[in-house]
Amino acid sequence: MNNAQLKKKLLGTPYFLWSLIFILIPLGMVFYYGLTDRSGAFTLNNIISITTAEHAKALWLALLLSLIATVLCLLLAYPLAMILCNMGVNQHSFIVLIFILPMWMNFLLRTMAWQTLLEKTGVINSILNFLHLPALRIINTPYAIVLGMVYNFLPFMVLPIYNALSKIDRSIIHAAKDLGANNIQVFFKITLPLSVPGIISGITMVFIPALTTFVISKLLGGSKVLLIGNVIEEEFTQASNWHLGSGLSIVLMLFIIVNMVLSAIFDKDGEGSFL
Amino acid sequence: MKKTPIYVLLLTAFFALALTGCGKGASGENGEVIVYNWGEYIDPDTITMFEEETGIKVVYDEYETNEIMYPKVEAGATAYDVLCPSDYMIQKLIENDLLQEINFDNIPNVKNIGQQYFDQSQEFDPENKYSVPYCFGTVGILYNKTMVDDPVDSWSILWDEKYADNILMQDSVRDAFMVALKLKGYSMNTLDEGELNEAKQILIDQKPLVQAYVIDQVRDKMIGNEAAIGVIYSGEAIFTQRENADLEYVIPKEGTNVWIDSWVIPKNAPNKENAEKFIDFMCREDVALKNFEYITYSTPNDAARALIEDEDIKNSRIAFPDLSQYNNLETFHYLGADGDALYNELWKEVKAE
Amino acid sequence: MIKTTLQRIYVTLIFIFLYAPIVTLIVLSFNASKTRAKWGGFTTKWYTSLFRNEAIMNALANTLLIAFAASIVSTLIGTIACIAIMNLKKRSRAIVMGITNIPMLNAEIVTGISLMLLFISMGLKFGLGTILLAHITFCIPYVILSIMPRMKQLNPYTYEAALDLGASPVYGFYKVVLPEIMPGILSGFLMAFTMSLDDFIITHFTKGAGVDTLSTKIYTEVKKGIKPEMYALSTIIFVTVLVLLILVNKAPTDKQISKKKVK
Repeated sequence: MNNAQLKKKLLGTPYFLWSLIFILIPLGMVFYYGLTDRSGAFTLNNIISITTAEHAKALWLALLLSLIATVLCLLLAYPLAMILCNMGVNQHSFIVLIFILPMWMNFLLRTMAWQTLLEKTGVINSILNFLHLPALRIINTPYAIVLGMVYNFLPFMVLPIYNALSKIDRSIIHAAKDLGANNIQVFFKITLPLSVPGIISGITMVFIPALTTFVISKLLGGSKVLLIGNVIEEEFTQASNWHLGSGLSIVLMLFIIVNMVLSAIFDKDGEGSFL
Repeated sequence: MKKTPIYVLLLTAFFALALTGCGKGASGENGEVIVYNWGEYIDPDTITMFEEETGIKVVYDEYETNEIMYPKVEAGATAYDVLCPSDYMIQKLIENDLLQEINFDNIPNVKNIGQQYFDQSQEFDPENKYSVPYCFGTVGILYNKTMVDDPVDSWSILWDEKYADNILMQDSVRDAFMVALKLKGYSMNTLDEGELNEAKQILIDQKPLVQAYVIDQVRDKMIGNEAAIGVIYSGEAIFTQRENADLEYVIPKEGTNVWIDSWVIPKNAPNKENAEKFIDFMCREDVALKNFEYITYSTPNDAARALIEDEDIKNSRIAFPDLSQYNNLETFHYLGADGDALYNELWKEVKAE
Repeated sequence: MIKTTLQRIYVTLIFIFLYAPIVTLIVLSFNASKTRAKWGGFTTKWYTSLFRNEAIMNALANTLLIAFAASIVSTLIGTIACIAIMNLKKRSRAIVMGITNIPMLNAEIVTGISLMLLFISMGLKFGLGTILLAHITFCIPYVILSIMPRMKQLNPYTYEAALDLGASPVYGFYKVVLPEIMPGILSGFLMAFTMSLDDFIITHFTKGAGVDTLSTKIYTEVKKGIKPEMYALSTIIFVTVLVLLILVNKAPTDKQISKKKVK
């Protein structure tokens, strides 16, 4: 057994090497830039700068909006996943692909399409106008940003939950009902707890990317709402200040660590899978 | 464990393939030239013409902003032969020792470029040693005649509450501050903190009235009557007017920014001679005319301008303003790392409101 | 009955939400006007000029090549990595999984720039190869995260039983382990492919001159306006994949592996 186990561990070498070179070393570079200033001297200023008014506000807004978007995604995705589960076991791959398909159209084009839909003179308002209904005024506001986030990340929430739900053994539910549980009890005592790994996975795949987005706030928020993603992007491009950009990114990694800890607590066995 | 060697073989084979880069087309007989330019900023036919006439293969790469282009050039990841930066970026490249002087003997067609553009270029290229103008223009107000009933001749209309949620500003720190500084009567290259704070304040005051801060979207939004007034580049004005006849372009009385995008050669260019041939080709009047008709951005090439058939456009004051008429036009300077940092800080404060 | 109707309405609404922008893009691909702001009449000229546009066709070829190559390589590496990770102690496993998550969770611009710096310090020539390396890097996490749950659900005794019955480790792997984790491998491959297709920022910083993917091409057109040929191309891609989807779905192929856990 030992020999075989050793060989299995060796199989991991390509990946371990890869992650060392392409994940850890670049990460080290980010830390290097984040902890130094233009002259190369060590400084904590880049990281501390998160506390300045604009940065703190940008971070706060990003947290708020991505949190709202995540919760919305969860609320929309969970019932959808349940319905899809009950719809048909053979449809599994079809359903998965139907959700992935929009992601194959370029992200920028899709977001720009939302502009065409949401503008004052856009498609939705033209229809509403025609029906003599009040106009929809959400473009260039934080509401549109949340909509953009939900639109983009909804599939990432639906699929893990759908996956988790479809793995639940139907006979457990039957047994519970036989023992006298009603639908609500079944949901809260069995379905929900068993789907937690999927929920955690979904939250991870939605919250963190939503936190760092900058395209959505530019296109749908009229660039009027400054999010932490915008700040970092501008530091790297407009301001050419890689040190500050890296420093702020290090702060964001805090959230990654928090997420890893939460995953470890709630999803000990790593059952939450994406597909 | 027969599988492990096969996996390893497969992977190494793949790597070998990938790293040699299958994208390598055959080089031209006279070598190649690597050009890095704005997106959609050249008529593709002119590239083909150049390749056929000179036998030099053009490797063409595009970027969307000066700021995205700079880190790639600075890092030296790819050595480009020709770039097309804007005024202040050229100055930044010069000051950071990233450009080399052009041998104008190799660019005879440079005579086609109007002297006034070289004079204007001295604001960022003091001795005209590093750049050859390619496109130029102004920044002005584009407004919809049917949606605006006041006379439009000043930047102040962008602060008029009547047009709340109908105003588009440029989503760029220098352009936004240019408007504010000009309105206040200051230089758009100022580093005076007092003046800058005043500009910042009026930008913050303006924010509730602004529909959106945009770059290219000004065009589509103005054409679609989504907004009434916008800050726009002169090159776009012609295009938008063709699509929507209700649009007018005006240079405000307080003055504005005259910008120039020029060809430059980076210091680490591997094919300098071919680079100069490329620039020379672009200065030829028929080539410049083709590019002008494709891009619709004004050309500083007076010889090309003489060839324009449409009288309206040839004499258009939007496309070819008489720069001497205005006395408060400026070109952007590079403000240095600290200056940039200061502007960026203030811009962040405006955006964070 | 009301419940089912409500369910159907709900699902339909969500699908409308998901596909509304796609439909918009399809409609725009037939718009004679270059700008999305007004309808200039119906036309198919963008579809014909699309195929004559060498730059876009090259970008398309690059995009597909990179996506396929990156997903194949990352699936290979990811699969054998999962086997190795399963044999680690719990603590090491947690650390490795944590590291795996980093490219997925880091801001893309940070990943892009740091990889660019890495490649420069390694002295690599920027081109198709560097893009590939970068894509593989951020695709592997998705593969691993797709396969790991299935690996954990594996019954180790089945594999041991196979060995006891005389199968070599490799044969045992092929016959016992692989079929069980195949859905995970396939979905990992699919995710890697999808993420690679649409990536812009990381590709932008790690590409060389003259090499473009569709995403980078679209982004550089942002300043002067998106060419309508792009809408046409997107529509073609969408319709192609949709048709493939429907065809595959019509053919009865799925072997439904029973999900009942064997205790």
